[in-house]
Amino acid sequence: MSKITCQCGHENPYGTELCEQCGRPLSEKAKESDIVDMRYEGSSRRSQTYKSSIVDKIWNFFSSVKIGVGIIAAVLIASAIGTVFPQKFYVPASTDAEYAEYYERLYGVVGKIYYQLGFYDMYNSWWFKVLIGMLATSIIIASIDRVVPLYKSLKKQRTRRHPSFMKRQRIYGEGTIENTAESFAKAEEELKKMHYNVKTENGAILAEKHRFSRWGPYVNHTGLIIFFVGVLLRGIPGFYVDEAMWIREGETRNIVGAPGYVLENKGFTLENYTKEEAEEVFGAALDKVGSIVKTYRTDVTLYKEKEGSLPGSDNLEKVEDYAIVVNKPLKFNGYNVFQMDYKLDELKTMTFHLVEKSSEESLGEFTVDLSNPEKKYDLGKGASVNMLGFYPDYDGIKDGEPYSKSPVPNNPAFIFQMNTPEKPEGEKSFVAIRQTLEVEQNDYAIKFAAAETRNISGLTIRKDKTLYILLLGGLVFMIGVIQGMYWQHRRIWIQEGADGQVLIAAHTNKNWFSLRKELDKLRESTALPAYKDRQDPELDKPEQEGDEEIWT
Amino acid sequence: MDLVTISSNLLLISFIAYLVATLFFGGAIKKSKTEKAYHNSKWGTIGLVITIIGFLTHIGYFATRWIASGHAPLSNMFEFTTAFGMMLVGAFILLYIMYRTPSLGLFALPIAIIIISYATMFPREVTPLIPALQSKWLFIHVITTVIGESILAISAVAGLVFLVKNIDMTKKSKQRFWIEAVMFTLVLVLGFVVTSTTFKTMGYEAEFTYIDKNEAPAEITYHIPPLFGMNEYEAMTPGAMKPWVELPPIINAQRLTSLTWSVAVGAVLYLLLRLIARKPIAAVFQPLAKKANSQLMDEIGYRSVLIGFPVFTLGALIFAMIWAHEAWSRFWGWDPKEVWALITWLFYAAFLHLRLSRGWEGQKSAWLAVIGFVIIMFNLIAVNLIIAGLHSYA
Repeated sequence: MSKITCQCGHENPYGTELCEQCGRPLSEKAKESDIVDMRYEGSSRRSQTYKSSIVDKIWNFFSSVKIGVGIIAAVLIASAIGTVFPQKFYVPASTDAEYAEYYERLYGVVGKIYYQLGFYDMYNSWWFKVLIGMLATSIIIASIDRVVPLYKSLKKQRTRRHPSFMKRQRIYGEGTIENTAESFAKAEEELKKMHYNVKTENGAILAEKHRFSRWGPYVNHTGLIIFFVGVLLRGIPGFYVDEAMWIREGETRNIVGAPGYVLENKGFTLENYTKEEAEEVFGAALDKVGSIVKTYRTDVTLYKEKEGSLPGSDNLEKVEDYAIVVNKPLKFNGYNVFQMDYKLDELKTMTFHLVEKSSEESLGEFTVDLSNPEKKYDLGKGASVNMLGFYPDYDGIKDGEPYSKSPVPNNPAFIFQMNTPEKPEGEKSFVAIRQTLEVEQNDYAIKFAAAETRNISGLTIRKDKTLYILLLGGLVFMIGVIQGMYWQHRRIWIQEGADGQVLIAAHTNKNWFSLRKELDKLRESTALPAYKDRQDPELDKPEQEGDEEIWT
Repeated sequence: MDLVTISSNLLLISFIAYLVATLFFGGAIKKSKTEKAYHNSKWGTIGLVITIIGFLTHIGYFATRWIASGHAPLSNMFEFTTAFGMMLVGAFILLYIMYRTPSLGLFALPIAIIIISYATMFPREVTPLIPALQSKWLFIHVITTVIGESILAISAVAGLVFLVKNIDMTKKSKQRFWIEAVMFTLVLVLGFVVTSTTFKTMGYEAEFTYIDKNEAPAEITYHIPPLFGMNEYEAMTPGAMKPWVELPPIINAQRLTSLTWSVAVGAVLYLLLRLIARKPIAAVFQPLAKKANSQLMDEIGYRSVLIGFPVFTLGALIFAMIWAHEAWSRFWGWDPKEVWALITWLFYAAFLHLRLSRGWEGQKSAWLAVIGFVIIMFNLIAVNLIIAGLHSYA
């Protein structure tokens, strides 16, 4: 495509609206406009210039802000729909049928439709991910489409602009002043005092400040892209570990997801606020809600397997003692171990007596370690108990056999064989909590004596190498928005025309009120023509409307 | 007097100060004949001074409550909403000093007053912190979010002034309908305050047992006459009113009851106001907005989004993610409150793009600002009260 040569002699890229150097309007649209469109300095943007090939069409689609806002709106609406009912991961279910049942039972027909449309797992759906992908593409393409030409044209701008450019600015004024040269020198000095960068070119002044604020949007978009990259990286193995483990008091276990590390649970504590320690301040609140939890804490010792030791050997090296509480995870080598859950008072051991029914005399006692039960307990004097069956989570009889629904000792049951000198062939007895079954009438019985319990901690193990990338993305985004939003790019042009008239024009990318304040301040000390803000008709009215009407 | 009492009294002083300051800003508008007088009005300056005094006592409330409880008072609905009111006034002071427009005060302070009144309807006891909240991030995350949201809210106030001034209230139009709908909503909040206060002073209580959505038995106390009953409810208080209908377990009948009461009382209030004024509420306020410069209001609206957006991002997303990672082991979990913070953020991002690139200024921009405020309030109120999640502290 051919270049456009402006009357001032500068060669502009095809599609330019305003000459990069002198600002003369080049396109028909710019020539006809009253106040010229100053966005991107009227530079030639690819998306506005090339429209034929398929690549152009895709480029133009994603560079459009209208499309960008459309994508934002779509993400917004989809996100909102996802909060109507609880998402999949907050629902206590595991199979598709259970999910379907859950949504229908609680939310009726609407819930069923919500499930069927896949809204119950909105944020993992393929189309939500496609939307996010489109958003990222739009951010990249729209930024490149704008930042390159904007940079070039701000770099090439000349101090003296053509009057046709000046007259098309929103803030514009013209007039004659007595001593032009003196006023210009004074203006230059005053503008410098207001921290403007001032450039002069025989009878023309360009005062400019905070141009860097124009780059804010592109910096913050870069931050967002870094953030997206971080999120994508989590899919790569090794970058991201997310595991959960249950560990009982007194147990020492390998840490799931962190090979070579071993954790010992020395005790789990749940503390409530008590009225005595929580002062009189919390009394009213405690009366109202009953109890409020103060701490969930797991005291642990972290060990590391010694280098060169065989896997599974007990060659452990202590790293540290630590108290894991909510908000204070245990941190080591990039891993974080969080206090996430707990179970109180799981049965640890149960102690029984072997009793002769008629005399109620005990032949001795034995203790069953529920996590590691023995086959036979010898009570001495010829008496012993064999454990024929152990059902840690007894849930009734299934197919003629006692049935355990989990390996967790929530409701232990046993089949014991009692061997005594009287009955050396042994008697069988089924023992569960508050229940004893005998096949035949027995002479002896197993009597429950005592139980020991312990707590279990639910811990989550995380390692996330992408966190620093995400944090960097956030930081760059913040720098970008602050740079773009807390400063404004302002320019003031003052020049003497060929006929001795002085022209003044000003532009800012936002906050015209502050720009006008600076111009007014400049005009207080320097003789310059009056200007008009051509988009604020109310500004120059001396009288205010509405005086008489106020509630009279 | 103990600290908690001092704290409550300071809050009361702030409340009164904001009321008085509103009158002065009204005076500033009434008395000024010219743009210059309007900007440099003595009444306006007095209004500002009183507002600042109120703001300082408000900070006093915050500080004394913090000392008394040992944690930043940002841990439940009362504390959070009061802080939002406080920061709204703070944001207003900032923008008033920048632009000196009494009309902004005349609309911002009453909104702050309504928000504080709303806050005091929630339980006000000092509650000890649950483990998840025991962190320095409680203060850092919440206060930054509140400041960001209040500055964004000022843009809605400026938008409201713009709309009340510029919508033609003599002709029927969509805009006239919606601006009146905004006024009606504000009256509804008053309806809620009036209802709750009335029954609270009467000491009304009705206890029920019911079966919750997990099919477990539970208890609930109504502080207003129960219109709707919880799932399989049984009345425990003899002589209390019998609910009209029983609702399924997923609907909290107690909250629906208080919503219904508020709407009913609010509607009656609104009708009374209409009967007295004999014109739409927005039209009653129109003369007070007339003196504001439309361009300036548009700029204040835009400026406050520009100032508030980065603060909001920092508090509601970045600090939020850092804390979520510390406390819940993941920086993002699609919890409803998180999602609505993201929605708020996306909305203002769209606002900025529409304004920068599509030239949405004036009325369109003002409406967007008002909608943004609605989203913020939705996240504050509805997400806490209706959608259950990790952030439901009320």
